[in-house]
Amino acid sequence: MKEPNKISAREITDPAVYFNRRNFIRTGILAASAVATGAVYRQLNHPAAGKIKTARLENVVAAATNDANGFHVAEPATSFENISHYNNFYEFSTDKEGVAAAAANFQTKGWLVSVEGLVRNPKVFDLDDLLKLSAPEERVYRMRCVEGWSMVIPWAGFSLSKLLNVVAPTSDAKFVAFETLLDPKRMPGQRSDVLNWPYVEGLRMDEAMHPLTLLASGIYGNALPPQDGAPIRLVIPWKYGFKGIKSIVKIKLVATPPPTTWNLAAPHEYGFYANVNPQVDHPRWSQATEQRIGESGRRPTLMFNGYAEQVGRLYAGMDLRANF
Amino acid sequence: MKDADLRFAKLLVLVNCAVPALLLAWDAWHHQLGANPVNFAILTTGLMALIFLLLTLTVTPLRKITGLNWIIFSRRTLGLYAFFYALLHFLIFFFKDQQGSVSGTLSEMVKRKYLIVGSLALFVMVPLAVTSTNAMIKKLGGKRWRALHRLAYVAAIAGVMHYYMQTKKDVRQPLAFAMVLAILLGWRLMDYWRTKQPAATASAVPAKPKI
Repeated sequence: MKEPNKISAREITDPAVYFNRRNFIRTGILAASAVATGAVYRQLNHPAAGKIKTARLENVVAAATNDANGFHVAEPATSFENISHYNNFYEFSTDKEGVAAAAANFQTKGWLVSVEGLVRNPKVFDLDDLLKLSAPEERVYRMRCVEGWSMVIPWAGFSLSKLLNVVAPTSDAKFVAFETLLDPKRMPGQRSDVLNWPYVEGLRMDEAMHPLTLLASGIYGNALPPQDGAPIRLVIPWKYGFKGIKSIVKIKLVATPPPTTWNLAAPHEYGFYANVNPQVDHPRWSQATEQRIGESGRRPTLMFNGYAEQVGRLYAGMDLRANF
Repeated sequence: MKDADLRFAKLLVLVNCAVPALLLAWDAWHHQLGANPVNFAILTTGLMALIFLLLTLTVTPLRKITGLNWIIFSRRTLGLYAFFYALLHFLIFFFKDQQGSVSGTLSEMVKRKYLIVGSLALFVMVPLAVTSTNAMIKKLGGKRWRALHRLAYVAAIAGVMHYYMQTKKDVRQPLAFAMVLAILLGWRLMDYWRTKQPAATASAVPAKPKI
């Protein structure tokens, strides 16, 4: 015969079980909340990464190992992963780590480049025709961003002078103006007015004709990925990176200094010349040192980014503090 | 609210606030901080410090608006985490960016005004962290403690300014922080006037003694 009190005792949950269940639920809530917080963090704050693949360029001429012309800097090149995931390209995103993803589907089919202005032979080039002007050479240049970081990039391209010689500037041509594509549908960053669009840049004639000034169409022997300025961009290794205008659609020879985008945006911070100069600081930060991407610690910034021997004479007698 | 529930809520806040730091450490260990890892870590810890400062300043308005008095428990933890992330932010800058060079850091500070403003934010948080314990509240007395802890407003203003000043061009994010901060401080100002006004009227016109 059953004792009644025995049955009722069974119905009472053992306090140990009761508190275990409570602890179990709490542990679950704790874990779930931590995972949710982690997911939010990951969503909002993650560095860029991923595989980028572009077409192999044909007949790239290897860089000359003799360094006197500055074509091949003898420093370890930055990894392609880093070159293609750390970009300043406001046409796509103001987040350096967000450009690669935002530019992933950028189409460059049917790209035209108009070369016009004070030239004897103005011409609208089909990109393929433009690239056929000269075989791409590998040029391993330092790239110093005005923000205080730098890379070493193996570009592929040819000197801008080769194109300029084809169109034959007139004697009135004193400057070269460049323009990036304006198409907010393809370049979503242009839907915000963070800068004046299209992006424009300019060089003095002697700067544009200097052999170091490169019209680049590739990196590491492959076509430029969109985030690095596909399909064609300018590289001026002794100037801050923002002078290297990307995704160029227009090159115009002119008589007077053309407007430049960053100078328009903040004239006291960014000048027309923007030569790399460790002695002339940005108003808000020092330019004496730089963070080389892939290295730990900062390295000293070199005058004209280490190209003083090649380009110093272009600025002989000029006050580089006034002409920053 | 039961003590056990409050303890659990405290644990919940404690653990969740640590998640960003743990993920950052995990990513650093696995070399997943991108092309400029030091910069990424500096930016992340700086943003966390600002977010936790703003969260700390949200507790009191939220408590007064909702009447949920118990949420005050989270303020100390959130504030200490704000200090923790700000300190981490500075330490990474000092040891990783400046390689632990005192002279280098000082010469940078002279050239970059925003570093001075940022240092101010961190500096004023030190006494707040030190006096965050119950024993210190007791020692100082509620009134003096509250007065001292208004420095949190200084820290938040200086912190947001520090962020704004170092931004190259796209100031949308720092402005968003500034806007939230303005709302949080604006609410306090309004609350101050609201609670002060009736008191002032009451003392100006003394109530008639009841007979």
